[in-house]
Amino acid sequence: MIEVRIQPHDFDVAAEIDRLRAGRTDIGALVTFTGLVRDMAGGQPIAAMTLEHYPAMALRQLETIAREAEGRWPLLGGTIIHRHGRLAPGDQIVLVAIASAHRHAAFEAAMFLMDWLKTKAPFWKKEEGGDGARWVAARAEDDAAAGRWLRET
Amino acid sequence: MKLLYFSWVRERIGRDEEDLALPAGVATVGALLDWLATRGPGYAAALADRRAIRVAVNQDYADESHPLAPHDEVALFPPVTGG
Repeated sequence: MIEVRIQPHDFDVAAEIDRLRAGRTDIGALVTFTGLVRDMAGGQPIAAMTLEHYPAMALRQLETIAREAEGRWPLLGGTIIHRHGRLAPGDQIVLVAIASAHRHAAFEAAMFLMDWLKTKAPFWKKEEGGDGARWVAARAEDDAAAGRWLRET
Repeated sequence: MKLLYFSWVRERIGRDEEDLALPAGVATVGALLDWLATRGPGYAAALADRRAIRVAVNQDYADESHPLAPHDEVALFPPVTGG
């Protein structure tokens, strides 16, 4: 039900919302999260960001996470898109769009998907700044955010 | 087996993948990491901090006690930073 796509090219949030809504009137809530490339990291300007990924495992992990969300909340559809390759500040990186009858399920499922995606899906960011390129380090806050959902099972 | 390397693990080892026969006596992920670390300075540098290494066997996360089979696809990489 939740569709997963991994692609180098950009996506159109409005078109993805239209696709989820097309031909149906049972959806009462549609939450979207869009992740963007920031122009600063650690106080330094960023010229570009390259997202490396492990294609087969990334797809598998995102599909697993999507099935988990479908089991936890009464969802009516959804889309996860994650880009890879070289992106510029302001570019879109990731979309999570979730449809449900009511807002709480849609909000919670979207947050769950982002929290789990950030700690499980095999993507790695490399930032290019004025003093060279460096790999982004994983953040303990992201592990803590994902861990919250473990206790609720 | 097929080995895949990503992010700074790939850069330190100097290649993104290689095909290897499972060495004699190497039966688990942990033993494979021990053996790889002896293959040269790039491998040793990549595996110097084992807590920073994540392992996937056949595209699922695996810990160091996970058993290995001759045709497994084993990937080594740092903690993920997508999203």
